[in-house]
Amino acid sequence: MSYLDIDHVSITFPTDKGPLNVLNDVYLNVEKGEFVSLIGHSGCGKSTVLNIVAGLLRATEGGVVLEAKEVDEPGPDRAVVFQNHSLLPWLSVYDNVRLAVDRVFKKTMSKAERDAWTRHNLELVHMDHALDRRPDEISGGMKQRVGIARALAMQPKVLLMDEPFGALDSLTRTHMQDSLMEIQSQLNNTVIMITHDVDEAVLLSDRIVMMTNGPSATIGEILHIDLPRPRDRLELAEDPTYNHYRAEVVKFLHERHERPKAKSSPVIRSSVDDEDAEPSPRKLRVAV
Amino acid sequence: MSTAVRTSKTFDFGPLDAVLGFLAGDTLLRISSGFIRNVMVPIIAIGVFLVLWSVGAAQVQTSLGQLPGPSKAWEQAVALYDEHKVERQKEAEFYERVEARVEKAIAAGQPQDRIDRMRERQYTGKPTFFDQILTSLYTVATGFLIGSLIAIPIGIVTGMSQTLYSAMNPIIQVFKPVSPLAWLPLVTMVVSAVYVTDDPMFDKSFLNSALTVTLCCLWPTVINTTVGVSSVSKDLINVSRVLRLSWFTKTVKIVLPSSIPMIFTGLRLSLGIGWMVLIAAEMLAQNPGLGKFVWDEFQNGSSNSLARIMVAVVVIGLIGYLLDRGMLSLQKHFSWDKNAVLR
Repeated sequence: MSYLDIDHVSITFPTDKGPLNVLNDVYLNVEKGEFVSLIGHSGCGKSTVLNIVAGLLRATEGGVVLEAKEVDEPGPDRAVVFQNHSLLPWLSVYDNVRLAVDRVFKKTMSKAERDAWTRHNLELVHMDHALDRRPDEISGGMKQRVGIARALAMQPKVLLMDEPFGALDSLTRTHMQDSLMEIQSQLNNTVIMITHDVDEAVLLSDRIVMMTNGPSATIGEILHIDLPRPRDRLELAEDPTYNHYRAEVVKFLHERHERPKAKSSPVIRSSVDDEDAEPSPRKLRVAV
Repeated sequence: MSTAVRTSKTFDFGPLDAVLGFLAGDTLLRISSGFIRNVMVPIIAIGVFLVLWSVGAAQVQTSLGQLPGPSKAWEQAVALYDEHKVERQKEAEFYERVEARVEKAIAAGQPQDRIDRMRERQYTGKPTFFDQILTSLYTVATGFLIGSLIAIPIGIVTGMSQTLYSAMNPIIQVFKPVSPLAWLPLVTMVVSAVYVTDDPMFDKSFLNSALTVTLCCLWPTVINTTVGVSSVSKDLINVSRVLRLSWFTKTVKIVLPSSIPMIFTGLRLSLGIGWMVLIAAEMLAQNPGLGKFVWDEFQNGSSNSLARIMVAVVVIGLIGYLLDRGMLSLQKHFSWDKNAVLR
């Protein structure tokens, strides 16, 4: 049993036109300290997977097990960074983070410690210069930084990020990705991140989980990203391995995104031997 | 602006150029558009209205004489103020007389309880126009406050629970359009049946008007609070779920702040309705206040009555406007979204 098991999860929503099976038999194990990206076309149910792990949605079949305990409700041990930041607009940057800190560490930390912890997390995302600003007074990237600080401040077992940089312009996005890598190198959190962006997925992840199109979406392919850290986007731009990974993801998204025809639970096999001399990556693929 | 540039370069000397520029319309041009729109246009509009009023009123002949124009109304406004001053004077004189008699009684060695009774005697002159205004304001404030204290909590719980909403919605929808005049007899009967004390803190007539106001200004606040509470962003609710906030913390930290704008919209509507309702209730029930003033003048039927009623109409409108502005500045004070355009 691994750190986090998404164990054969299916979810079906009742709609006016009858039941809609959004996810079918999603099966994924995540190790502690691993950075996993979920990538797939819009509407394929990536967010649904994340919401099930967060406990915001209940799976119709299967379930999620975190550290040998089943997930049945939302909680701060699975902090979520929402796509649209979801900061409380009437609270300052500091108070937004402090609200979470107060909630999670009310019993274990003194007031001064909680203050220090709030400031520490805002420093981590380089937002300590704007503690008293309100969300509508700072830029989109800054808001997302505060959202990340709020999630990190909860010291989650798993950090869930739902397209955290999706609403940002590309320059801001690259800054945010670098920041996230820097934070990750210090904290080594277990992260599940949803993204649309192929470069982002390859740059940040240890594994990329590619999802087939919905309805009845499931995991189509899993790609191990075997690039040394720290990673530098400029160096990697010329790196053949990096570009190979990139091409794999793009190929999947453009060609192989149909759902597997086999109805049986996916058997994972290695398509390439581990000792393969070729620079091509070790790749796990769901049997088709 | 080419002329302006040329004028301001004429002397190449700051202050002189500024004066010259001003004379040349330089400054005027810059400030004028805002000035015209914000000050001149309203003044002109009011002027046009006054002219139309005096011309129009001159055409109407009633049993109480010609319909009064603005000048006649103004005359009566001044007269009402003078009457108020005279009445106050009389009141002061009355209490002076009482005090003089009390002193005399003390000097004569009268028993204490008798002196107390002398002191207790109240002045019973007729309430002036300004007294009526104060009574009305006090009544509407009481009714509105009671209404809000009931409506906001109801709105919050119905907004948060779909079941409660289904339960409350038909009741709210049915009672919302009920006219105050329909409530008034019921309120009167209930108050006289229930409010029985030897030493009443409030007059029954005051309670009747205030409770009628309450019943009519409950609904907009309930409805708007419900809508505000039920439309709290789903993401923010998810935040509270992830943080496992308690019901109370969630309400105070997330639901209430986020529905403040809607709550205030409801409160403003309620206060507006409450003020309108109050005047009608006072007229019908002969409760003291501006409504009674209007009714009394109507029954009085002197040559000045119509002008006095017009003064009352304008004053009622002005007070309603000021109440709304007051609520607006309260809303601005409490609103977290300082950029929102409120009008």
